Amino acid sequence: MANVVEIRWHARGGQGAKTASELLADAVFETGKFVQGFPEYGPERMGAPIAAYNRISDTKIRVHSNIYEPDFAVVLDESLLECVDCTAGLKETGAIVVNTSKTPDEVRAELGGYKGKVCTLDAREISESCIGRYFPNTPMLAAIVKVSGVMPDDVFIKDMESSLKRKFESKPQVIEGNMNAFKRAISEVKGL
Amino acid sequence: MGIRTKLSGNEAVSVAFKQINPDVVAAYPITPSTEVPQFFSTYAANGEVETEFVPVESEHSAMSACIGAQAAGGRSMTATSAQGLALMWEMLYIASAYRLPINMAVINRALSGPINIHCDHSDSMGARDSGWLQIYSEDCQEAYDNFIQAVRISEHPDVMLPAMTCFDGFITSHKVENLELMEDAEVQKFVGKYKPPYHLMDKEKPMSMGPLSLPFHYFESKRQQAEAMRGSIKAILEVAAEFEKVTGRKYGLFEEYQMADAEVAIVILNSTAGTAKDVVDELRAKGVKAGLLKIRVFRPFPVEQIVAALAKCKAVAVLDRADSVNAAGGPVFTDVTSAMFGRVDGVKVINYIYGLGGRDVKTDDIKVVYNELLEVVKTGKVKEVYNYLGVREV
Repeated sequence: MANVVEIRWHARGGQGAKTASELLADAVFETGKFVQGFPEYGPERMGAPIAAYNRISDTKIRVHSNIYEPDFAVVLDESLLECVDCTAGLKETGAIVVNTSKTPDEVRAELGGYKGKVCTLDAREISESCIGRYFPNTPMLAAIVKVSGVMPDDVFIKDMESSLKRKFESKPQVIEGNMNAFKRAISEVKGL
Repeated sequence: MGIRTKLSGNEAVSVAFKQINPDVVAAYPITPSTEVPQFFSTYAANGEVETEFVPVESEHSAMSACIGAQAAGGRSMTATSAQGLALMWEMLYIASAYRLPINMAVINRALSGPINIHCDHSDSMGARDSGWLQIYSEDCQEAYDNFIQAVRISEHPDVMLPAMTCFDGFITSHKVENLELMEDAEVQKFVGKYKPPYHLMDKEKPMSMGPLSLPFHYFESKRQQAEAMRGSIKAILEVAAEFEKVTGRKYGLFEEYQMADAEVAIVILNSTAGTAKDVVDELRAKGVKAGLLKIRVFRPFPVEQIVAALAKCKAVAVLDRADSVNAAGGPVFTDVTSAMFGRVDGVKVINYIYGLGGRDVKTDDIKVVYNELLEVVKTGKVKEVYNYLGVREV
């Protein structure tokens, strides 16, 4: 288990954390690693706090529990900081990445003494201006790739481009918006 | 050549369905198994399979449709979970008694009530005496591999019994992970064409299926079913050997992990076996002779083989993700201990009920079990046979 990177996603139902964890697993798989991407199902309803998880390793992953001591936490909805302990068990050698327009220092003040790295990204602004709608998972997926370094940014961008091209062959405008969101997220994430 | 990819357990098994290309799939959706018929219905709609997909109005009808199709000489398959399996109950016994090798993916989920949609094994464990083969799977790879093998095992001329391939709801069904698929043509070649010795549409050999069987015949037909189940062990191993030749992946009746010199061992099935293997490695690094026996084939229950594998241990814990609520212990525990009775003496065996209704099982929980086993070895005494792991005392 020593070489496993563990990531925990916090979101509200409907914000796409499950999809994001699966997309991250897909992207990292392409680099030849072993991956797990899975959600923690609760009472499924829009807006309820949910968690999703990723494990990434150079060797086969056998553990099948949820993740309690993640290396990284991703928060898709900043209102969760008030009601969910998003830094519970979070390793101080790791980082938390929060979707917010606040600065990392402002967010740190809300985290109850977490000593690791605090990163922020205004995923709402990026999503609304690039995609035209609020999909926090798209920019935050790129942000966690950047912050965690689980794969090189350029490889991630290339992977996403080819998978979007397959998925949205008839809608090239979708591809461009999403790609711009990924690229902006990678360059705009603060607190690195 | 294998295809390296990443899929969820449900996706992997629906791909197996597609590659097998059965005559009939009849199913009704229920969480967490819903995706299997859902993905499959897309394959059917897109013309990627030749299967007649029957979206029935209940699980009772799903099993009935499979029985009808299989009795007519077709190869039929379905998938379900929990209440869905419970609703199939009476038809499960009909399927096995008619000796119809229907294949079903059971995506393990707690039986209500209270209402719960999460993983435990109370659904398939409840059906353990329905005359179906039961094969359990640790991860997505095993779910896929076991389902493909189960088709061959169930249709083996010496077996002719239906089979459930079981894997953990959400934990395996909804987890994306690495696995290797077989090529479509390889699967087709492996499963071959289904050629039932008898079926209702064979006008050369007219027959009746399911007639009234009075006391003069009923007993003998049940005895034959039991003999087929007993004999299926040989077929399971034959199919596994053939599967290994094609894929390189080795399967047996159970997996022995660090059992050669194990003094303390856990007996377990499905996904928590993986979590427990990490604990075995940790304990081994500290010099503790810990081992693990992961049951793959629960029906038939490999009595002699399991006893032989556990005979040299000093203390064994059997972990059940279902409680029999019988004042005696969980289903795997009672089978393991009754197998050992009179065959091997002196091994202390305890039972832990764990993970009911989706209660998460961490490596720390598994450590509690090994620590208790070490304590049993040290003191020579068992404090409590029938235990609960990770439950809050309220």
